[in-house]
Amino acid sequence: MTERNPGFATLAVHAGAQPDPTTGARATPIYQTTSFVFNDADHAASLFGLQAFGNIYTRITNPTTAVLEERVAALEGGTAALATASGHAAQLVALQQLMQPGDEFIAARKLYGGSINQFTHAFKSFGWNVVWADTDDLSSFQRAVSPKTKAIFIESIANPGGSITDIEAVAEVARNAGVPLIVDNTLATPYLIRPIEHGADIVVHSLTKFLGGHGNSLGGIIVDAGTFDWSKGGKYPMLSEPRPEYHGLKIQETFGNFSFAIACRVLGLRDLGPALSPFNAFMLLTGIETLPLRMQKHCENAKAIAEFLSTHKAVDEVNYSGLASSKYAALARKYAPKGAGAVFTFSLKGGYQAGVDLVANLKLFSHLANVGDTRSLIIHPASTTHSQLDDAQKTAAGAAPNMVRVSIGIEDKDDLIADLDQALGG
Amino acid sequence: MNHDSYADDYIRAILNGVKTIAMVGASPLNVRPSYFVFKYLTERGYDVIPINPGQVGNSLLGKPFVASLKDIDRPIDMVDVFRGSAHVMPVVDEVLSLSPLPKVIWMQIGVRNDEAAAKAEAAGLKVVMDRCPKIEYGRLSSEISWMGVNSRTLSAKRAPIPVKGMRLSLDRQSVSGGNTAASDRAVKNRNEPG
Repeated sequence: MTERNPGFATLAVHAGAQPDPTTGARATPIYQTTSFVFNDADHAASLFGLQAFGNIYTRITNPTTAVLEERVAALEGGTAALATASGHAAQLVALQQLMQPGDEFIAARKLYGGSINQFTHAFKSFGWNVVWADTDDLSSFQRAVSPKTKAIFIESIANPGGSITDIEAVAEVARNAGVPLIVDNTLATPYLIRPIEHGADIVVHSLTKFLGGHGNSLGGIIVDAGTFDWSKGGKYPMLSEPRPEYHGLKIQETFGNFSFAIACRVLGLRDLGPALSPFNAFMLLTGIETLPLRMQKHCENAKAIAEFLSTHKAVDEVNYSGLASSKYAALARKYAPKGAGAVFTFSLKGGYQAGVDLVANLKLFSHLANVGDTRSLIIHPASTTHSQLDDAQKTAAGAAPNMVRVSIGIEDKDDLIADLDQALGG
Repeated sequence: MNHDSYADDYIRAILNGVKTIAMVGASPLNVRPSYFVFKYLTERGYDVIPINPGQVGNSLLGKPFVASLKDIDRPIDMVDVFRGSAHVMPVVDEVLSLSPLPKVIWMQIGVRNDEAAAKAEAAGLKVVMDRCPKIEYGRLSSEISWMGVNSRTLSAKRAPIPVKGMRLSLDRQSVSGGNTAASDRAVKNRNEPG
């Protein structure tokens, strides 16, 4: 008997969720509770010892959040997942399982600015040392490998410029170095790119963006691909060595191909604490049900707007990998054939002031520091997030004075084009 | 047969079909995986028999330890092996000397012996390697979903409330092995020589 493999849209609606055992409720209930009663002392001991399936405390597991976790794991093709309070928390928890003070990890220089801050400042204070590499020069990843390297971190579609990373090439460097590849898949979502199919061992997301998709709830997630052998060489003691607090239990030996997700939960989330609120899990789950439909519209609109802007007399250059003229067009066709996402940058002939004026003149685009909303968003980094830097520093950070970043929503594209046209002075 | 991955139907048929399970290497220590797999399978209604020659005279959750498979006084459907890969062949030889023959040999996570598997299969037994029956039961019933694990199954039917002693339905819609193809591929690459 052959087994049928449900498609992506079916998983987006069903994975992880089934009618509630007690009430029959079809939508996933919001289990807004801190704690769960034990049947008896033996049940409690089994749960605390990781010997039984069940809930203790919402910092570690929660039934609403568990549905979200299984949903995203299924969409990414992973073995398990762990939700966190934000995308930043996901990165913290994931790396805590891999890094000891003095260790290094390699990260792509083209990253969300918040990740650059986290890696440069917070992680440095833990003794986790980031070594930067350049996705436009893949040999830089190989050169960055050292005996202290514990992981490689890239974005599938990089923020803010929307460039596409050659995931398979970086995965090969990681494999040869014997370290896991972590891919931040926030801007692509598994609808556009499934990094695990291209060699990622761990996928992280800010659920706040396209997965949740409505700009109403923060959240993050770590997906375990189940591909990495943590037992090799004692390089990852959190997973391979006996855990004193669990009576000598070894995570890898006990949990097999979802042991990384379990380590993140029972060592990371337990001790660091950035659990997702069950209410946010519910909001994010509801968003994910329409992910395929929204991403189709986001990408269709983004391509149309990028094409419009690329012919506009006030625009200098459009950086959208979905344009045939983009230097990333070939990578986009390979990794993201359904669309190159909906976040990109463009520069204005009129310089810094033109950026300020464009943002001020728009009527439908919201001026704010987020991406991946149903609404179209815009930000002029030089006058906002990067305003403390001088011009040379702004350009180096991908925030040239005349550059603006947009996140295209799911409104009618003609209305968005008309708004941009009037704001650019027709 | 290929042991890098298993179709859900193969695992489901085994877990739905067996009733009596002999556990080789059952530990009385409540922090060992064999202990809590024993406990879980017992709570899900299987008749599990603990085998450990060093524990004869003692009981595990009310079940007396026996020294070896041949000391069991009733037909066995499945033998669950908590021994290192190198120690599996003698277990298989002992299994094949039993009458009636058990139907299944199951080796736990990390345990894989292709030679022993081939021998058992040649005698008509089903073999599972490098898997845990507790995890597979939890996955196919979706009980494991509590931990954010991808059960790779779907159901639009009302979920049961799992209580002690209750068998859970394992007959959910499978997402098949395809969605963890990456994990299966990784295992295959690891097991290939060189």
